[in-house]
Amino acid sequence: MALIELSGIERRFLLGDTTVHALAGLNLQIAAGEYVAVMGPSGSGKSTLLNLLGLLDRPNEGTYKLEGRDVTTLSPDEQATVRSTRIGFVFQSFHLVPRLTAAENIALPMTLAGIPAAERNKRVALALQDFGLENRADHKPDQLSGGQRQRVAIARATIMQPPLILADEPTGNLDRHTGEEVVNLLEALNAKGVTLIVVTHDQGMGARARRQLVMEDGRLKSDSTAADISNLGKISG
Amino acid sequence: MRLTDTLRFARDAATGYPMRTTLSVLAMSIGVAAVVILTALGDGARRYVVGQFSSLGTNLVIVLPGRSGTGGFNPANAITTTPRDLTIDDAGSLRRLPTVRRVAPLAVGTSEIAFGGKLREVMVAGSTAEFIPIRNFTVAQGQALPEEDWNRGSSVAVIGAKIREEMFGANPAIGQLVRVGDRRLRVIGVLGSTGQGLGMNTDELVIVPVSLAQAMFNSNTLFRILIEANNRDAIPGAKEQVMETLKQRHRGEEDVTVITQDAVLATFDKLLGALTLAVAGIAAISLAVAGILVMNVMLVAVTQRTGEIGLLKALGATSRSIRLAFLAEAAMLSAVGALVGYLLGQLGAFALRQFFPVFPAYPPDWAVIAGLSTALATGLIFGVMPARRAARLDPVQALMKH
Ligand SMILES: Nc1ncnc2c1ncn2[C@@H]1O[C@H](COP(=O)(O)OP(=O)(O)OP(=O)(O)O)[C@@H](O)[C@H]1O
Ligand SMILES: [Mg+2]
Repeated sequence: MALIELSGIERRFLLGDTTVHALAGLNLQIAAGEYVAVMGPSGSGKSTLLNLLGLLDRPNEGTYKLEGRDVTTLSPDEQATVRSTRIGFVFQSFHLVPRLTAAENIALPMTLAGIPAAERNKRVALALQDFGLENRADHKPDQLSGGQRQRVAIARATIMQPPLILADEPTGNLDRHTGEEVVNLLEALNAKGVTLIVVTHDQGMGARARRQLVMEDGRLKSDSTAADISNLGKISG
Repeated sequence: MRLTDTLRFARDAATGYPMRTTLSVLAMSIGVAAVVILTALGDGARRYVVGQFSSLGTNLVIVLPGRSGTGGFNPANAITTTPRDLTIDDAGSLRRLPTVRRVAPLAVGTSEIAFGGKLREVMVAGSTAEFIPIRNFTVAQGQALPEEDWNRGSSVAVIGAKIREEMFGANPAIGQLVRVGDRRLRVIGVLGSTGQGLGMNTDELVIVPVSLAQAMFNSNTLFRILIEANNRDAIPGAKEQVMETLKQRHRGEEDVTVITQDAVLATFDKLLGALTLAVAGIAAISLAVAGILVMNVMLVAVTQRTGEIGLLKALGATSRSIRLAFLAEAAMLSAVGALVGYLLGQLGAFALRQFFPVFPAYPPDWAVIAGLSTALATGLIFGVMPARRAARLDPVQALMKH
């Protein structure tokens, strides 16, 4: 069973009197533990796709099955539970709460889920260690570098130990070196079995993924898995 | 989200944006303070006027001898040619009526007062101890007429301020013997000067015991009986009971006239009504201003944080957690703002009273309660409403406003 199963997904936006098809007739399956890079020109629908996968947005048509369950028809509260426990989201612009410290930002999903403070502190301490942020626990986001902020954001996305991490251009606001570090962190998570889907403009980074999806005008232009299969066909034929 | 976490989150949100929090609290407190101070002013004006009117002697019922034309023609009265005297005992009988607080018989006449070779004409009022409180006069020196048998007055007099000045100048008046008409009376008190007030000018008055005055003027009838009813609502009842009692004492004949301060009271009522309306209007306007102020600050504050709400949703918060967090925050801001405003308002009213001591600038309780609850309610409603709306958005829509 695929972790993610999209069929006939449509996402339209009304801009004035024109309709933008951000996603058009999208079918996609992603298995648990995969490492997928989503690429394509600007405006091709990459972010829209990732938002749908993260239940931050809903499709106009089509079904989205996560772990075999149709999540598009869930109530808002059930969707909140899915977001809380099954999905970690990493944004290009970090989206940390400016008034909270690094530790509090990392703990936020647990606080929202009602996990007791003792358990939270234990897990945050571990996460700070894992992400090399021990000395930054009490710093506010504006006292952190870009790379540190994104590490806090990744720690926050993983603190509930979700099986799926979605990252929308996680290195877009970082220089090459810190970007590299962040990608390494994400890949380490994937190595532990977490399904990782990364939107990126960077060809090099995309190439590191085991599977590349290229989008254009809201459609899948190419899927490396499918390409492999057709390549296989060519070889065998 | 746990309750303690919700409260802490709300507290951190309030303290995390000092500018916004200061503005909200300021708006709220200005609103509440405005209500408190303005209604204190309005109600102070009202009380001031009430005070002026009560200096006239309120709740008065007055008995006049003889039948005046007010009741129309009555054949029973037509037979009686000379009305029965209105006596001191008539006045005394009214003291037992349940609706009556005080009774003072009044006999008046003019006479002359002499002391140390000085002589002048005076108005003499014969009455009893309660005359002074009924008319709201004050005693500046010495004491009022003694409480004694109304029919056996002692030879004493209470004189007006101007008479004291003319007869005694800088010398003490209390204890001196003066001649009034053909009597020698001891001065026991001096009235406070009334000056050009709304009431009767007592400065040239000499008050003596009623029986003494009647003997002096050789008359058995009273000029008036002054009656103070227990309160304003008791006036009609008192009027009826007085009439009934006197009718019985006069063998069933209505040979007296009982009047109340109806005309004065009617004006008084109108004025009071207008003033109360004015105070209510002031309060309503201040409340509206306070409400709009609070509403705007809260709206802006929450709208600014739509992005944060989107983030919280993306991180798995339910709409309920978000609503509760914003409710707690709005409640904290509103409570602090309302409290600060209340204190500021009371301080302002206190300052007003210090600067204008004659002006009783106390905010009425209803205005304080209305001001506080309006501020709290608008603060809560407009703190929570936009948050509810934002919490219903899809996270991505809310996030885009980050
Ligand atoms: N909220 C919205 N309202 C209207 N149009 C939208 C909205 N969000 C996305 N779109 C449109 O949908 C299309 C796909 O947008 P999307 O953000 O998914 O592109 P993208 O591939 O992520 O581009 P980029 O690489 O620049 O981030 C674009 O044409 C965009 O203008
Ligand atoms: Mg994008």
